[in-house]
Formats: sequence, C-alpha cells, structure tokens
Amino acid sequence: MKEKRAVEIMENKKIAKNTYKMIILAPLVAREAKAGQFLNLFCKQRDLLLPRPISICELDMKLGIITLVYAVVGKGTAELVKMLSGEKIAIMGPLGNGFDIDDTIENHLIIGGGIGSPPLLELVKKLKGKKTVYLGFNAETILADEFKKYADKVHIAIENGTGDGSLSKSKVETKNRPLSRESRPLSRNSLPFSRYPQGNVMDLIKTNMTKADMIYACGPKPMLEAINEWAKEKEIEAQFSMEERMACGIGACLVCTCKIQKSEDSEWQNYRVCKDGPVFYRDEVIWE
Amino acid sequence: MNKCDMRIKIAGVEFENTVMTASGTFGSGKEYGEYVDINEIGAVITKGVSSTPWRGNNTPRIAETYGGILNSVGLQNPGVEEFIEKDIKFLRQFDTKIIVNIVGRTFEEYCEVARRLSSEDIDLVELNISCPNVKEGGVAFGTDPKMIEYITKEVKKNLKHPLIVKLSPNVTDIVEMAKAAVDGGADAISMINTLIGMAIDIHKKRPVLANTIGGLSGPAIKPVALRMVYQVAKAIDIPIIGMGGIMNGEDAIEFILAGATAVAIGTANFANPRATIDVIEGIENYLAENSVDSISEIRGLAIVT
Repeated sequence: MKEKRAVEIMENKKIAKNTYKMIILAPLVAREAKAGQFLNLFCKQRDLLLPRPISICELDMKLGIITLVYAVVGKGTAELVKMLSGEKIAIMGPLGNGFDIDDTIENHLIIGGGIGSPPLLELVKKLKGKKTVYLGFNAETILADEFKKYADKVHIAIENGTGDGSLSKSKVETKNRPLSRESRPLSRNSLPFSRYPQGNVMDLIKTNMTKADMIYACGPKPMLEAINEWAKEKEIEAQFSMEERMACGIGACLVCTCKIQKSEDSEWQNYRVCKDGPVFYRDEVIWE
Repeated sequence: MNKCDMRIKIAGVEFENTVMTASGTFGSGKEYGEYVDINEIGAVITKGVSSTPWRGNNTPRIAETYGGILNSVGLQNPGVEEFIEKDIKFLRQFDTKIIVNIVGRTFEEYCEVARRLSSEDIDLVELNISCPNVKEGGVAFGTDPKMIEYITKEVKKNLKHPLIVKLSPNVTDIVEMAKAAVDGGADAISMINTLIGMAIDIHKKRPVLANTIGGLSGPAIKPVALRMVYQVAKAIDIPIIGMGGIMNGEDAIEFILAGATAVAIGTANFANPRATIDVIEGIENYLAENSVDSISEIRGLAIVT
C-alpha cells in the first residue's frame, strides 16, 4: 500500500532569489520515480491542510536521494524554507506521469521557463541523442551549470520585465544605485547577467533556428502557448508539463484540471493534471 | 481490551462502522484505495453524479484558507452511465457500503439519475441539493424548505434505495430545512455541505477561484457543522451523517455526542490520505478508554434538553 511517509531532509538551501533546493533521503521513492513526476510535501503547520506539489529536479537511485527545487510563492513554501537538514518532512509520491522518453529521437529541444526549469534537469540526464536546452528567467538564473553538465548546448535568455526585449524605464533609472545582488537591474552592463541575451526564450529559439524532433517544456502558460504556436508551424511534437493548483495530488478531488482533447473527432474534456498529467502532448491541450 | 461494537444502522442498512467518506473528496475510492483498505471504511459516499457528463468549472478550482479550503469544482463527473460501468463495479469488489451522491440541474434530472440507479447494486443514495458551485440546481433546491420537501418526495418516488438528503449550511434556519426533508420522506440527513466563501489574490487583485466563490470545508467550519448537527439532532428522529472539518477520532466523537449516527471524512483526506482509518481507530480508542461497548451508546449524549 502507498503511504504518506516522513523522510529526512539532507539539505535545504537558497540557490536564487525566492528559490530553494531541498535534498531528501527517500530511497523507496527515488527507486520508483521518473523525470517529470512530482512529490506532495506536507507542511507542519496544521492550518495548512493541502500538500505542496513539487516537481522532482534530480534523482539518484543509487544513493536514494531526490533533489527538489522550489520557489517561495505562499505560506506553505515559506514554511518549507524554514526546515533544516536532519529534520523530517512528510511526503507522498512519486505522483503523476513523467515525460515520455524515446531513445530513437535524435534532436531534443528542452525549454524551461523560470521555476518550470527544475523538472527538466532529470529529463535532460535521461535523454539520449542531441540535447539543446533553452532556459528563460526573469532575473537570476537557476541550475544553469547543472544543465550545462548534461546538455549539448544551453541557451539562456533573461527577461527584463517588459517582455519586449528593451529595458524598462524604471530599471534604467535605478541602474547606478547601489543594489543588492538580487535586485540588480538587468542591463547588459550589469554582471552577472551580461553574458545572457535579453528577451524571452522563444525569440532566442527563433533566432537560432534550432533543429528539433521533440520538444519538452515546462514554464508559464504564455511561454507554453508561444512554443505551441511555433511547434505547430514547424510540425514538431512537444510534451508540456502543465501546472495547476492542486488539492489531493492523486486524482480524487478533480481540482487541478486541464482542458484536453485526445483526438480530432472527440470533444475536449477536463483531465486531471496530477493524475493524467502533468505532462501532456501539445496538440492535446486546449489553449484559451 | 474488547473491541467495541462500531456497527450502525441507517434506513435498515447495516454498516460495519460509523465512518464514511464525504462526497467529492474521495472520488469513488479508486485513488485513495492505493493508500487505505476500502474494506475498512463503513461506506464510500461517491462524488456527485448527474444524468449526463458535466465538465465542471474553470480553474483555479481551489484556494487554501486558514484551517480550510475553498473549492469550486462544479460537480465535474462522467455521467451516470459511465459511473455505473466503472465506479460501482470498482466499489462492489470491497466490503463497504456504497452511497451514491446524485446531482441535477432540474427536478427531472435528479429523478432521472435516481431511476437509473434504482436497478443498480448500491446501498443508499445521497441527494445533493446543497452544492454551492453550480448555477442551476444544487443549492437552489437546498435553501427553500418547500423545494426540499418537494424534491425529496419526487426523488423518493423514483428510487428503490433509501434516500439521504444532504443539507446546505447556507440557510437561516437549518432545522427548518431538516424538517422539510423529513416531511418529504428522507430516510436520513447528511450535513453539512460547504459554506459559501471566497478568497482574493491581492497581487492580481482578482478572486482566486475562477468561479469567484466556492465552498469552504475543513477544520475551520467544524464548530458551525457541529452546532448544526446538534440543533437538527434535537429536532428530528431520522439518522444524521455528520460532517464538516472532522480531522481525527476526537472530532468524530464530538459529532456523535451531538447526535450524529455516522460521520464522513472529507478535506482531512487531502492532509492525510489515511484519515478515514485514523478516525476509525481514534473512535475505537475513545470507546475503549471510556469502557463503552457500542458506538450507539454515546450517540446524542451531549444534547442538553
């Protein structure tokens, strides 16, 4: 029987603004888990009833450890931050279905947007063939070095907040003020981002005319929609890891649905992101 | 320590124990069946089913609050035919009672589901006239005593199984609603459904739920649920299935002391997939510690007359 179990936290540290990496010792879970699946993490605070679904970033089956990278977005994740190594955390999982991995595919295009990037790292490790990774961030990068270890090529784009590739006015004005590393303005002159082009990943992909037989993407919906448009035009199949607010995480409550059309001649239906997903093929997803 | 008698009877149906699952939180048991032994649960009250498939509301359908959650699923379900084919067949493998929650937009739709289920191997039906998340039907039928009496009567006419009427807490006088269900011929009452509420995302400056409002459940509503069960238990003679924020055995005991015959576990399942079993064990421990032989002995003991 499956269970909610307490596992040991080995590490829980900040890796970027509002972004943390937690490593847990969970051999039973690690043995079963695949790239693209997620875990439910439970808060200690009893008034926070719902588990927090966090994607698996890296798996080490030999050591039985799982790496999770999460963003602080609310009360629950703010509580996760306070947990220390050596403490126990209650988890459920692995949950959901991972990415489909086909070893016969030659050119893989992996696209991550912000906190959507972590679940793609384990995927990149597992894929055979040529792996080109595009990562888009609002400001600070996360996991860039890790991706570089396993991918043939990693491209990174930094949004400047205006989304149109130009510097936003307020950011230009604050350029010379002494700022903390986290809030440093994103001009080409400001390290450490100067080596990355500004703009969004989609623009960068188009500029580079990247070759791909299969796309894997996770990130904000507008990014996935843009990828879908491009992939449709180029006739490239894509697997998208979708995100939705969840409750049970196992498919019982029907909270985290996504509009999916399985075939041309059938009507769309609400599929469960947690149980039927979170990975769906791009041509199945109904975009609104 | 002798094991106490956890059995209860509702409308002639005998249940192995007093703990059930609250509709909409447990599906038809398939998913949670990987985490708990369904044979150990007194009854599975299934997710609401309508005559035809319903897609439910847009997402987000959930928001968390202090000690509670707001949902606006909107009764997404595959329709009664698929439900019979898959869900009833699945549940019948287990030694548990099947209570099917039924929903509709019109009187006729409710009656249609009831008729269709009459020939099926289920134990009881729960009439959902209290869902706050659908525009038509649902709560519209559950907030007017005349409507409650009428729909209870009509559905009863079309149904071979005993009927439980699930009450909405979003009314001025819950006792009046319970009495209307009794007058309509209800065999039992289940209460409470969720309380209408909302949450606002202060960054987006919009409601969190796509449906704007949703139903509040979880421990935050327990005192309200308990008070309502207590008031209704004092006023009517048919069995009550009490629910609303039950997280553990102690919570369940409170409802039974307030007059509930059975209890249902809903939101707690999300926080603890083993919640149903933990509640059963918690009740058993309490009864043993208090040297009570049968759960029935403590029912309504807290009622002050």
